[in-house]
Amino acid sequence: MSVGTAPPLDAPATALPLVRVRGLVREFSVPGESGRVVRAVARVDLDILEGEVYALVGESGSGKTTLARCILRLLEPTAGTIEVAGADIGRIRGDDLRRLRRQMQVVFQDPAGSLDPRMSVLDLVAEPIRAHLRTASAQIEAEVVALLDQVGLRRVHLERRPHELSGGQCQRVAIARALALKPRLVVLDEPTSALDVSVQAQILNLLMELRRSHGLTYLLISHDLSVVRHLSDRIGVMYLGRLVEQGPAAEIFSSARHPYTRALMAAAPSTEDMPVRPVLIKGDPPSPANPPSGCHFHPRCWLRERLGCPELCETIEPPFVQAHARHGSACHFADRMTADQPGEVST
Amino acid sequence: MAIGLAQPVVGAPPRGFGHRLRRALLTDPLGFFSLVVIVLLIVMAIIGSAMAPYPMQGEGASSVTTRLFPPSWAHWFGTDLFGRDILSRVIVGARGALVVSVAVVALAMAIGVPIGAIAGYSRGRIDGALMRLTDLFLAFPPLLLAMAIVAALGPGLDHAALALAISWWPWYARLARGTAISLRERPFIEAARSIGIPDRTIVLRHIVPNSLTPILVQATIDIGTVILAAGSLAFIGLGASPPAPDWGLMVAEGRTYILDQWWVSTFPGLAIFVAVLAFNLVGDLLRDLLDPRQNA
Amino acid sequence: MSETLLTVDDLAVEFVTRDRRSTALDGVSLRIGAGEVVGLVGETGCGKTLTGLSILRLLPRTARVARGSIRFRDLDLLALDELRMRGVRGSQISMIFQSPGTAFNPLFTIGSQIRHIVGEHQKLSRRDADERIREVLVSVGLPEVERVTRSYPHQLSGGMLQRAMIAMALVNRPALLIADEPTTALDVTIASQILRLLRRIQEEQGFSVLFITHDLGVVRTVSDRVVVLYAGRVAEDASTPDLFREPRHPYSRGLIAAVPRPATRGRALASIPGSVPGDPGSIVGCAFADRCELAIDRCRAERPLARTTGPEHEVACHLASLPEQGWS
Repeated sequence: MSVGTAPPLDAPATALPLVRVRGLVREFSVPGESGRVVRAVARVDLDILEGEVYALVGESGSGKTTLARCILRLLEPTAGTIEVAGADIGRIRGDDLRRLRRQMQVVFQDPAGSLDPRMSVLDLVAEPIRAHLRTASAQIEAEVVALLDQVGLRRVHLERRPHELSGGQCQRVAIARALALKPRLVVLDEPTSALDVSVQAQILNLLMELRRSHGLTYLLISHDLSVVRHLSDRIGVMYLGRLVEQGPAAEIFSSARHPYTRALMAAAPSTEDMPVRPVLIKGDPPSPANPPSGCHFHPRCWLRERLGCPELCETIEPPFVQAHARHGSACHFADRMTADQPGEVST
Repeated sequence: MAIGLAQPVVGAPPRGFGHRLRRALLTDPLGFFSLVVIVLLIVMAIIGSAMAPYPMQGEGASSVTTRLFPPSWAHWFGTDLFGRDILSRVIVGARGALVVSVAVVALAMAIGVPIGAIAGYSRGRIDGALMRLTDLFLAFPPLLLAMAIVAALGPGLDHAALALAISWWPWYARLARGTAISLRERPFIEAARSIGIPDRTIVLRHIVPNSLTPILVQATIDIGTVILAAGSLAFIGLGASPPAPDWGLMVAEGRTYILDQWWVSTFPGLAIFVAVLAFNLVGDLLRDLLDPRQNA
Repeated sequence: MSETLLTVDDLAVEFVTRDRRSTALDGVSLRIGAGEVVGLVGETGCGKTLTGLSILRLLPRTARVARGSIRFRDLDLLALDELRMRGVRGSQISMIFQSPGTAFNPLFTIGSQIRHIVGEHQKLSRRDADERIREVLVSVGLPEVERVTRSYPHQLSGGMLQRAMIAMALVNRPALLIADEPTTALDVTIASQILRLLRRIQEEQGFSVLFITHDLGVVRTVSDRVVVLYAGRVAEDASTPDLFREPRHPYSRGLIAAVPRPATRGRALASIPGSVPGDPGSIVGCAFADRCELAIDRCRAERPLARTTGPEHEVACHLASLPEQGWS
């Protein structure tokens, strides 16, 4: 199941996969029921190219958060491989793991919660420097001030504690901390969901600017499609542990090739004038502990219903198929969806 | 391009600890009273002999001419069987009470908190092993343990303190474990791991400092409880020995003639009561002062 | 203009603690017509939830109403005694919240809790009550109504619980439903189902809704009219199409411009500099003046009152009073 490594049109010159995930599986045992496992991530292949913004989209239970934590090695994968900058990181431990951390950093969803409430901004941003680099302590403060300057904070904030800062300021501190070790990949886990609209705009602008000036690669995890559309180059859509679609952002938004993606687009509220869109999704999402057979999405799938409920959807898991070099999806009947009408089926 | 420079948070600046302490004391008479008592105890512990009207008797010198005098202007708390001024002995005895209880609590924390924090953070087998160890020590009846230690090492206040510390640390282990478990899931701990901070540093620099509030509150209240426990041990002869001005010992010594010469047991007993009460109230005060800031 | 169901007039709410007094709502006025869905929109701390709680007199202990009135039908809600107020809550005015888990007692079944609400306000026989409960659960689109009635809260999914909470709020056929961020904690696809459900039942049964949210996209989808709150004051009050097509208050414009949308892809978003003031009660002029690029001296000296700038379009801004000026 290769995903196609041709670079997106607007990507920078060195477009090699910074992160390569193949056959990744992560299972959790169900508490209280020995032997039963939940497949939070079920055999995912994906590439993240250097310099791009790759967005992982999905709802609760999709496995996107688990997948990101596996890439960050905050969790160990059950099976499959993860390569970062060419090195297999799936099983490394100890000092190797610590060195790896310098290349990948993360900004979390809860701005204040991701900062130790008892530490000052100076200590928080200096912590990674002190843990990994041999910087002289006299110089550390200067480096921290330089980092704060990049995220729009000032010297006066050095001695503040998280509870003395606003949500936006906390998130800036978290970003400064993430940049301290000059990582190549920054994972953004719902970086603005806890922020007000106006603050979100400031943080998104900051993230865009930093990516340009530092040549960063972002893995963005978000359920907010407007943010995803604003920031990302490529998008991967996950449903119940599987990657159901992957492709360039513009194509995903205009002509998605999986019925779940289209249902997601149709459900997202927008501040713009939109024609009345049909709600394409039915029912509640199934529990990841008990996924439906065949295609996990089939019980809720509008396309299957329009096509008269073909048995294939229930029995065979759809393989991930490339429509062209950069855009692929896992649906038996992807070609039956028309290009523009979200809920229409071609005959 | 406008990044949107962050402004400092507008609004009233957060109040410092000192300010909140002052405000709490002004509105809470009990808290104020308890703090006064504790300051008094500390002063007595430091310069007891200088404060006592009859310092030598405080230490233990007897005065056969003044046996069992009831409370009077010369002897506010009366005198005991050996003619010693009870007020002086209560004052001088404060040092013993405070030093022993602070030592016991400190030792119990020093043993229990690391064990509990490591157990709570590590979970799995390490947690299981450490908790079984903790349960083992919890199962020891403190009194029996104290008797065993005294039998092995001989009587004395320091041995009683050791026995108490060994009985006490499991409670701190449990407390530390509980807070470590809840802290473990907090985003800033996950952030520390993602930065590559080794586990032992996470426990030391992140888990333990953030666990301190409930532990310190418990420790403060425990100082009072240990005073009581040490007093009880002395009462049954397992702690300090005569002629030390130990409060518990003094209560025991006055037992036999409590009906007629009530003052011999009562005043040391009151001292224990007031000290324990004061530490309990200060513990509550501390909890109120520390907690709002901790709820980040 | 439809008949008015609820009128909030110059409502001011303060928080009073031992050493501080701060204003959370500073003269909020709004109107909800019969059968109308009014969206109340604003960012953290603007006072939108507090407004909803004030209507039902569910303010926290440290808050008190400093001035103003709330009239519902012919009742003066702020003057009502607690007993009569309880008669209003849950029967004439109901409220649903962000997290359905908190609306239900984990120890009792869904059915028994709804039955309790029915019993508080209506004198129905057991059979009639059960019939009504079944009816309302079906109306919110819950499958297997019998099973849901017998279930405990933890046995239902988030989406189902949210529907059950809506059912519980509607069982006594209230005239007004206050919805405080009902879809914020839900997944996108579930949220869209719930919003659609709310719209459908509202159109069928004709009750009014005060929809409180910070999400501009949601408010656009669901409401007839939008009230924009800033720092405890009303900035703008307009019909939904009017607000989004032609926002007239600088704050509304800034807010709408800050939402990422297809046209902004790859470019910096317009952001509002500065941050929300802490105590609006102490501000003499316009609360937004410090952050407004159009502010003139008058803005800082004199608080702007709501002016009508078009049919059903009110703006509290000195510079937006005359639509003929072509100001936009």
